[in-house]
Parts: sequence; C-alpha cells; structure tokens
Amino acid sequence: MSDQDEAEPSAAPYVPTATTTAQDTGAPGPDQPGGRQPLTGNAIIKAVTEGHSVVITILAGFVALLVGAVLIVASDPVVLRAWNSFGYAPGTAFSATWSSVAAAYSALFEGAIFSPGTISAAFHGGSIAAIFYPLSLTAFEATPLILTGLSVAVCFRAGMFNIGAAGQWIGGALVATWLGYAVNLPIVLHAVVCVIGAFAGGAVIGWIVGEIKARTGAHEVILTIMLNYVMYNFLAFALSSQSLMQAPGQTNAVAPSIDGNATLPHVGGPPPQVGVGFLIALAAAAGTAWLLSRSTLGFEFRAVGASPSAARSAGIRVERVWVLAFLIAGGLAGLSASTIVQGQTAPLTTTSYGTYGFDGITVALLGRARPLGVVLAGLLFGALNAGGTVMEAATGVPSDVTNVIEALIVLFVAAPPLIRLLFRLRSTSGAGPQAVTSKGWSG
Amino acid sequence: MKLELRGITKRFGSLVANDQIDLVIQPGEIRALLGENGAGKTTLMNVLYGLMQPDEGEILLDDKPVAIHSPRDAIRAKIGMVHQHFMLVPVFTVAENVTLGSEPVRKGPLGLPSFGLLDRRKARREVLALSERFGLRVDPDAPVEELPVGVQQRVEIIKALLRDAQVLVLDEPTAVLTPHETEDLFRIMRELREGGRSIIFISHKLKEVQAIADTITVIRRGKVVGERPPATSSTELASLMVGRSVQLRVSKEPAKPGDVVLDVQDLTVAGERGERSVRGVSFQVRAGEILGMAGVQGNGQTELCEALMGLRPSTGSVLLNGTDLSHSPTRVRLHAGIGYVPEDRSEDGLVADFSVADNLILDLYDQPPYASGIALNLDTIRESAVRQVEEYDVRTTSVETPAGTLSGGNQQKVVVAREMGRDVKLLLVSQPTRGLDVGSIEFVHKRLVAQRDAGAAVLIVSSELDEIYALADRIAVMYEGRIVAFRPPTISEQELGLLMAGSDPAGFTAPDPAGSTLPTGSTAPDSGGAPETPAPAQEPSSHE
Repeated sequence: MSDQDEAEPSAAPYVPTATTTAQDTGAPGPDQPGGRQPLTGNAIIKAVTEGHSVVITILAGFVALLVGAVLIVASDPVVLRAWNSFGYAPGTAFSATWSSVAAAYSALFEGAIFSPGTISAAFHGGSIAAIFYPLSLTAFEATPLILTGLSVAVCFRAGMFNIGAAGQWIGGALVATWLGYAVNLPIVLHAVVCVIGAFAGGAVIGWIVGEIKARTGAHEVILTIMLNYVMYNFLAFALSSQSLMQAPGQTNAVAPSIDGNATLPHVGGPPPQVGVGFLIALAAAAGTAWLLSRSTLGFEFRAVGASPSAARSAGIRVERVWVLAFLIAGGLAGLSASTIVQGQTAPLTTTSYGTYGFDGITVALLGRARPLGVVLAGLLFGALNAGGTVMEAATGVPSDVTNVIEALIVLFVAAPPLIRLLFRLRSTSGAGPQAVTSKGWSG
Repeated sequence: MKLELRGITKRFGSLVANDQIDLVIQPGEIRALLGENGAGKTTLMNVLYGLMQPDEGEILLDDKPVAIHSPRDAIRAKIGMVHQHFMLVPVFTVAENVTLGSEPVRKGPLGLPSFGLLDRRKARREVLALSERFGLRVDPDAPVEELPVGVQQRVEIIKALLRDAQVLVLDEPTAVLTPHETEDLFRIMRELREGGRSIIFISHKLKEVQAIADTITVIRRGKVVGERPPATSSTELASLMVGRSVQLRVSKEPAKPGDVVLDVQDLTVAGERGERSVRGVSFQVRAGEILGMAGVQGNGQTELCEALMGLRPSTGSVLLNGTDLSHSPTRVRLHAGIGYVPEDRSEDGLVADFSVADNLILDLYDQPPYASGIALNLDTIRESAVRQVEEYDVRTTSVETPAGTLSGGNQQKVVVAREMGRDVKLLLVSQPTRGLDVGSIEFVHKRLVAQRDAGAAVLIVSSELDEIYALADRIAVMYEGRIVAFRPPTISEQELGLLMAGSDPAGFTAPDPAGSTLPTGSTAPDSGGAPETPAPAQEPSSHE
C-alpha cells in the first residue's frame, strides 16, 4: 500500500460530479450506513458481489437458526403450555424448549446430512448406502437451485439483474419435454439431445431479453418480469391445447410423459443415487467459473459489470455482452429445467417451475455471484429443503420454518452492518489489505 | 477571529492522514495549504469543518477550545467551507440557494410565525448587500443552473458569508475556473481579507499560492513540513511538497513533424441534449509532434475526444494514416493504433474493482500474447503486468491490488502504461495530469514527450495552461465547439487566456502564425471560427 494513498481516497479533485459529496473524501467505509453513493442498480450488484465475508455468512446462518428456533417453539403446543406455567415450573419451560428445538434441528440434520442411526445399522448388517441417503436427497434438492443460481450469477457479474430465470426455465422445460416425447432416439443420445434442447430453449428466452435491452435500452428487470408472465401463460396455454403439448386424452393441463430413453439416469445403483442432473449442475458451475475468470468473454462480462463506461472506452462491445450474458444465463436456467423434466418421473405441468427461478436469486446472492459460492449456497438450501421435509414428518414442525431460515440468512447477509452490530465485529471494509482477507471463496 | 489547530492527528486504520498538525491563522490572513493529493489537506479541513473527528488534538478559536462535531457546529463557530463540488440546487435561484437551511421566514399577521412562507425579499436584500460589500457580483434571481461555474462558486462563498463565516475554507477552488475567473476569485479573496476574514486556501498549484497567499504551509504525508512566505521560489516549494527535487517543466527538443497521422475534417458531434457540442472541427496531427488542444472545460473537448474514439456519433471524417475510421467502432480504432487516455480516469480509464494486472490489459485482453483463442493466459498477463508496474513506477503492493485503491497518480500511470505499452501511431490524451501531484505530472509529461520523440502523433487536450505550454508544439484553442485559433507555443499567456475565453485580441481572421513556424504541420484555422457571442457569460452583472 503506497502510504498516503488512502488519506483522500479517490479525491479526483477536479471532477465536478454531483453525486460525490465532500463527506466522501476521506471517509473510509463504503458500507457505512448512509452509503457513499445512491444505491443504483450497479451499486447493488457491487454490494452483492463483494459484500459479505465467510464469517458474516456463518454468523448470519447462526442468527437465522436462532430465529428459526423461536418459530419452532411457537409451533409446538407442548412448549407453549410449559411457558404458560412458567411461574410454577420454570425449569420445565426451559427443558421443553430445549428438547423441542433440539428434536427439530436434529431431525433437520438427519434429513439433510446423515443420521447416526444408519451408521450403527450398517454395523449390524444394514445397508451402507443408507448412510448417504440424506446427502443424496440434499444433492437432489440442490440441483435445480444451483443451476438457476448460476443463471442469476452470470447476469450479476455482467452488471444485470436476471429476474427471468423462471421464464427461461419454462423455455427450457418446453423444449426438453417436446424433444422427450415427440422424438425417437436411442438411449443416451436422446437424453443428451434433450439436455442441449433445454439449454437452447432457455437461451432463446434469455436472448430475447438481452437483444431488446441492447437495441432499445429497456431495463432488464422489467423485461424479465414481463417475460415471466408471458411464459407462465404460454406454458398453461400449450399444456391445455391438444394441438400443442397437452397429453392425449387428458383434460388437465399436463404434458405427455417423456420417453424413457430421454430421462436422466441415476448413477450408483439403488438409492442412494446421485442423479446425472447433479453432475450436470457441477459441470455447469465449473464451466461458468472457467468462463468468468479465465476466458476473454468472461473478462468482458466482468468489465462491463464493474464499469460499463470504462469497458466501452476500452473497445468492449457492451451491447454484445448484454446479449451474450443473457443468452448464457437463459441456457443455465434451461438446464435447471432439464434436471427436473428429465430427472423426475412426473410430466410437465403448469406448476412444475415451482420457485426455482426466484430461489436462484437468493442462491446467487448468498453465493456472492461466484460459481463456487453458488454451489455451496445451493447445497445449503438443498439441505434445508431436504431436512425440512424430514423434520416435518418427524416432529410436526412445519417445513416452512426452513424457508424462513433461508430467507433470513440472505437477509442478514445482505445487511452486514446488522450482523456486525449483533456480534460487535469491527468493520473490515475500506482499507485494501483488510478487504482482501475478507474475501473468502472466490470461485 | 484567530484560528488555531493544535496537534491534530487523524488515523484511518494504520494510515496516519494527519500527524500532529499545528496551524495558527490570524484574522485577515490568507493562508495557503499546499500539498500533493493525498497529503492530508482535505482530511485536515474535514476535521476543522466537523465532517470528521480527530483522534488527537484540539481546535481553538480566539484561544478558546471549541468542540466541532458536525458542520452545524462549525457554522455556529463561524467557520465556512466551499467544497470542491458545489452543494447547490441547480433549479433554485441564487437567493433560494444561499438561504437553504436557514430560510428567513416571514412573520405572519399579528407577529405570529407563518410556517413555510419564505421571506424572499429579505433573502434577496442580504445577497445584494453582501455582493455589494465584497464585490461578489451575482444576480440573486438567476437560477443557479444557468450560471457559469465561477459565479456558482461565488454563490457558495456568499452562502458561507451569510452565515457570518469569519474563517473561510476554500478547497481547491480554482480547479474548475478559467484563468480569468481565477483572477476574479483572487480579487474577491483580497477584499474578504480587507474585511478582516481569514481564508484557508487549499491548492496544489504553486503559481496560485504564490500569487495570493500571505503564508504558505506545506503539508507532506500528513505532516507540516514547512511554512514559507509567498516569495519562495517554485522549485523550493515543489521540492518541499514532493520531498525530492523535481523538474517543473520537462525539457524537450523542437519537434520534427513527419507525415500526417490524424486528419480530421469538419467533425460535428451532438452533445448530451442534442445540441451540437463540436461544430465542424478540422485539424491534423503529424507524426512526431504534439498538438495541444487548449480550452476551458465544456467547450466541446470531451465530446471531440469521444467522437475520435467512436464513443459518440459524429459526422465528418477521421483518417488515421489515410485509413478512414469515420464510422469505425471503438475497438477498430484502438486496434488501428490509437492510444486513448480518457479525461475521467476513474470512470472511463480504469475499472476500479479490477486488479492492476487486469487494468493493464483492459483493451488488449483478447490479443496475443494475453489470450489464445478465448482463453486468457493468466500467467502472461501477470508477468507482463509485473514488468510494466516496474517500468512505469506504479506504486502498488501487488499487481493483484484493485486499481481503485491506488492514488490518482498511480492510477494514471496504469492507464498511461497500458496505452503507451503497445505500438501506437496516435496518442489521444485528455487532461492527462488532472488531479495529479507534481511528481506524477513530471513523470507523465516525460512519457508523452518520449512517445512524440519515438514518432507518435500526440494530441493533448488540456484546460491547464501550464500543461499546454510545457508540452505542445502547436496549440489549437477550442471555444464553443469550434477551433478558434492555431498558435505557436510562443503565444503569450494573456493572449491564450483571452482566446480561451472567446475573445480574440488580434481578430479571428488573422492568419495562423503556426503556418510560418511549421510549414508542413499547419492547417487552415476553422474559417467559421468567430463566435457569435464573445463571452458575455463571464460577467453577469448584478441587477441592481
């Protein structure tokens, strides 16, 4: 660090830009309350991609679990009754609380990671594979989230919001489904064609957004939201017209089942199985990581994302970057659809898209728009989803609690000052060397 | 009012921005704070104005310690500050702006307060009274957005005076002014001094502090390194400021112009609001010469540069070594051999979040040896960055450091290294040393002259007269979107100042004297160059 540089950071004394005020010159923390700049889209994206450290993320998870514990207690009549008679038996209230929360969270853990019971069972002649069953469920739940998360992350890195992963997901699902039932191809090849088709289907929907933005300057948030509505309704329309994609003889809005040759197989024999979909997600993450950090195209994406004007001055075709980023993002969302359409037995319906598109935004936020981060965030959410189901079955605590926990993690991560306040951490932002140490995973 | 700062220390983490600074300012004194960017001048003033709290030290007014925790406290203590960036509401009138925050409210009937009714008349009266007293000619009813920058600055000064400021801090006030407006500001400052106010004048320009200050305090690396009378030589002040001896003006041989490299004919560019900001500009730059484009900021130079780079649509023709680039995209122009140092380095020249290494290949990332196919050669990029950082003396902890954390001078060195590190035929450089300290200016100037001597054509756009004189082999003056004159660098500073302000001392039809000194290098001055309005905007007179 060249000694005095920080004293008047970016003082650029001659530039009469109205946005910077004199308070800025010299005030170090960029994320102090009030902020240095008005939160324009770019500033938000910047906050997303560099905002939080690994420590903050872990602490955010901890706080979210604490809040979740309150909800668990509130949903347990036994504990509530114990608290009502707190005056007579305070010990009972505490022990009831503890046992309720502990039971719920250990069920969550057992459903998502592993259950100690299966290990002892394995020693007594049980199935060794059963030990890995919860993990395989986690991977299964994480697969579509990782892919939509990557989709959103690619756009983030290029300085754009992709709210349209849901619409792109549908684009991919329609193509994969149609190729799945209307075309006859040999095994393996058929599945590959469907996966490629899903990528292309999503990419087309993404491309439309990028192309309109590049040509007219329309904002991608509006475009993607509107295109989502178009795709929701087009899906409903296509699935309820016999001439289009409605399954023959059906009155419900449902597509025909895809050919067995087109399904994504599981590897590793009987349960626990890792779906090929999960491997596709990991490969896509690796590919995205390479694209972003080691390719010329990724360099363009990052340059445009960090400073469109500097990118333009350096001869980078900003409009082209917008189009390509959305094309790739759409393709990734399409892959997410393929893992569902081809990875599950249920045919495509009007609700198949679930909340994958929007969950992708939370996953990308938590993963700081970095591929490795997205994989980890996707796995975390997958674990919470998988564990939530088991928790509900075992203890009666609604699995919605896990959704609250997921949302709270992202919320706390998005507000680092809140976590710092709670844990009295010193701000690590501002000075260069410290800021570097706070950058954890940088896939 | 006597102001004393005693042992002010301000730290940011491990960095000491102000280190035990003592400063005594007598009533009726103009004190210059001279120092490089990052020396701690602005930090010190922010402490004085309550924008920051010092870690140690105290502030005394008339020998009584005062606590200043916010600008509000500072105003109450009769300390006023005019920031580099004006804090004015563009659509409000002068009177409305100066009373913002302390609006005089008219009493309602029966002497009751009537909420929200501004006493506009009182505001106008006060503005006029102050204008009268200190020679700050300002029309209280003019909307601020219609005023020239120099007058806007006066509005800021009036704002401070209206709050009865006895100590006035002017933070780099001349940065945005024309030479003429600067003269005017100095006149106002003198009148304020006569009125017993003290002024702290922050600058890194030697000439100005010598011209106006009663005492010059030099700050280097957060410490006061000396107090000197204004008669001190520039060389001494510069070496005090930088901490080593510096060459204030680079030495260069006379130019040996070769073939025409850049040929611009009748270039017209639309500005932000559709108005024509460049109006039919024609000129040539030859290999081995530096053409200095002088002009007050906002006369079309920015648009001209952006049009030359294809960043802004234009009509007319741009030829580089005979190749027509008039309609080529930026990328093609860069690859054709134009090196471009944009005016706003932090916005357009660099990606602040990118590492130094990435910034060094910002417009070369897809060229060998930095890329093979679509794969980046990260090792090559890193190695070449290490080499360039060494060669261009960029002070950075590593090539992985984000460029935005470097000082302005080092950021500019990164841009310069990138644009000069490859084979360029034309170097287009806009405000190359804006905001840089003396040491960095010396460095950048040397490099530019070296490029010229290596046979590149160099076009320098600058609003700094000193820079134009130091570098240009030929001077073109831009005013209101036109080139109004070509002159040799021997032109007097006064004449150049007048040309930049839009009035020609010798008449615009006079032949280009450059034509005789540079038989091959001159082009006909734009024949339609006479501006319709000879700069009335400079001095709007008060309505009273």
